[in-house]
Amino acid sequence: MKIANKEISAESLVREALEKVKKYADYNIFTFVNEEGALKKAKQIDAAISRGEKVGRLAGVPYALKDIFLSREGDTTASAHILEGCASPVTATAVEKLEAEGAIMIGRTNLDAFAHGSSTENSYFGPTLNAYDKERVAGGSSGGSAVAVALNIVEFATGTDTGGSIRQPASFNGVYGFKPTYGTISRYGVVAMASSLDCIGFFTRTPEDMDLLMSIASGQDPKDMTTLPDYYNLSTGSNAAASPIDANPPARTIGIVKDFDNDAVDINIRNALKEKCELLKSKGYEIVELEMPVLRYALATYYIIQPAEVASNLSRYDGVRYGFRSEKSGGLNELYENTRNEGFMPENKRRIMIGNFVLSSGFYDAYFLKAAKARTLIIKEYEKAFQKCDFILTPVSPNPAFKLGEKVNDPVAMYLEDLMSVSLNLAGVPGLAIPAGFAPDGRALGLQLVGPRRSDKALIEFSKELR
Amino acid sequence: MEVNCETIKHLASLSDFAISEEQTETLTKNLQDIIKYISELDSLDTEGVEPTYQVFEMENVWRDDEILPQDASREELLAMTKEEKDNQIKVPKVL
Repeated sequence: MKIANKEISAESLVREALEKVKKYADYNIFTFVNEEGALKKAKQIDAAISRGEKVGRLAGVPYALKDIFLSREGDTTASAHILEGCASPVTATAVEKLEAEGAIMIGRTNLDAFAHGSSTENSYFGPTLNAYDKERVAGGSSGGSAVAVALNIVEFATGTDTGGSIRQPASFNGVYGFKPTYGTISRYGVVAMASSLDCIGFFTRTPEDMDLLMSIASGQDPKDMTTLPDYYNLSTGSNAAASPIDANPPARTIGIVKDFDNDAVDINIRNALKEKCELLKSKGYEIVELEMPVLRYALATYYIIQPAEVASNLSRYDGVRYGFRSEKSGGLNELYENTRNEGFMPENKRRIMIGNFVLSSGFYDAYFLKAAKARTLIIKEYEKAFQKCDFILTPVSPNPAFKLGEKVNDPVAMYLEDLMSVSLNLAGVPGLAIPAGFAPDGRALGLQLVGPRRSDKALIEFSKELR
Repeated sequence: MEVNCETIKHLASLSDFAISEEQTETLTKNLQDIIKYISELDSLDTEGVEPTYQVFEMENVWRDDEILPQDASREELLAMTKEEKDNQIKVPKVL
C-alpha cells in the first residue's frame, strides 16, 4: 500500500532487496538473481502509479521463488544437475497469479534437488545456511525460501510441501510456512515430486500476509485437474471446515497429540508447546489430549507412497528433450543411463530405486498396497481427531535445526526429521508452521497448527491468537 | 526381505542408472536401512481396509474434446534440447 500511496517507490524496494541478496550471499540462498528483470518491472509499476493507474495488491512487493516453479525468468533447475540450462517457455499458474498482482521476483531459491530432502544439503549447488546459525542447516526442501524471508531479504517466498518441505524450514528459521489443503493452489508449472502429496504454499513473516497470498494464489485451474473449486475466498475467518460459507462458531477446542509428547522430541520444542497451550487456556480455549496411535506409521507409509510417485514422475528426465545430457552417450540406452546417473543427486537415486522396489511385482502388495491402506487409516485418524477438537497443535519436527553434515549420509536419520509433518500430506489436510520463540542457544523454534480439509482460512486466522 | 548387490543392480537397471561398483556398495547399505525402516508397516493391521490413492475429493468431470492453445510453441520446445535437426530432436542411433 505504501507503494500505491507513493510513500516509497517499487524501484527503491527492489534495489534494497537486491542489496540484501548481495549482503547475505554467503548463506547460499539463491540459484539465480533476477536483477535486470526485477528492476524493469519495478520501473513499470512506478510509472503506472505516477500515471494514476490502478495497481495490484502486491504491486512492487519483492518475493523469492523456489527454483522448482517454471517461469520465463531464469532457468528452472530444481537445484538438480539434470535440469541444467532448462529455460522454461511455460509459467506456473501460481507465478502468473502473483505477478498479475504486481509482485516482483528477486531471485530463485535453493532447495534439495527435486525437493528430495529435509536440509537443503541435497542441492547440486550446495547447502543453504540457517538464518540464525551458519553452522546449521536451513531445513528443507524449501530452505532457500525460508532463509530469504527470515533474513528479511524479501516480503514472502513460495514453497512446495510434499512431506514438510515448507513447514520444517519455516520452523528452523522462525517464520510462518503454510501447506494448504491438497488441491487449493494449482500445481501447473511446478516440477512434480509426488503428485498425490505435492502442495504449493508460502513463507511469510505474518499471518496477515499469508492470508493475502492465499486469497490471490488459491482457486481452480483448468490446467491442473486436481485443483479444488474455489473455497478460500468464500470461507470466513471462523472454523470453516463444515461448509464453505458457514455460520460455525470460532474454534474453541484445540487438540494436542499425546503420542508426540515424549523424550524423542527436543525439550525446547515441548516447552514451547506447553507455553502456547497455557496462552490458549488463558484466552479461554479448551485443550484436549488426543491419542492418534496410527500416526506412528505415517513416516513408513510416506516413504513408500512418495518414492513410488517419485519414481514415476522422475522417469521423464532422460537428457533427450531438455536439460543436461551426458557426454557418454554412444547409444540411446547409454545416453539415458549415464545422463540419469550423472544428473541426479544420490538422494534422488535412492528414492527412485525405492519407488521401483515397492512397485515391482512381488513387493507391490507388501509395500505399496499396504501403504495405500495405511493411508486410509491415517485419514480416519484425523477425521476422528477433528470430532474432538477444532484444530491440532503439534511440533513440526522432533528437533530444531541440526548441524550441517550431521545426517546427510544417513538417509533414515534424515527421514525421521519428517516424522510429524508427513501425515498431513497423506491425509490432505492443511498445516501452518508458526514461530514459537527460540531455544536458549538461539535456534528458532516452530510449532504446527493442523486443521480439517478446507479450514485453511480459519487456521491462518486462528494463528493470530498464538502470537 | 534381503537386499544385496544383485537387488541393487536390478533396481538400478529398472531405474535407468549406470551405477559403478562403488555406488552399488553404498546404495546396498542405504537401501537396506530404508527398506528395514519401511517394513515396520508390517505390524499395522490393515485387514479389510480399502486403499487410498488420492486425497482429492472430486468426481471425474469431462471437458469438451477440443484442442486448447498451448503455452509453449514448437520452436520454444525444440530450443530446449541439446541437438536438433530438421525440426526434430536428435538422439544417438537406436538400431
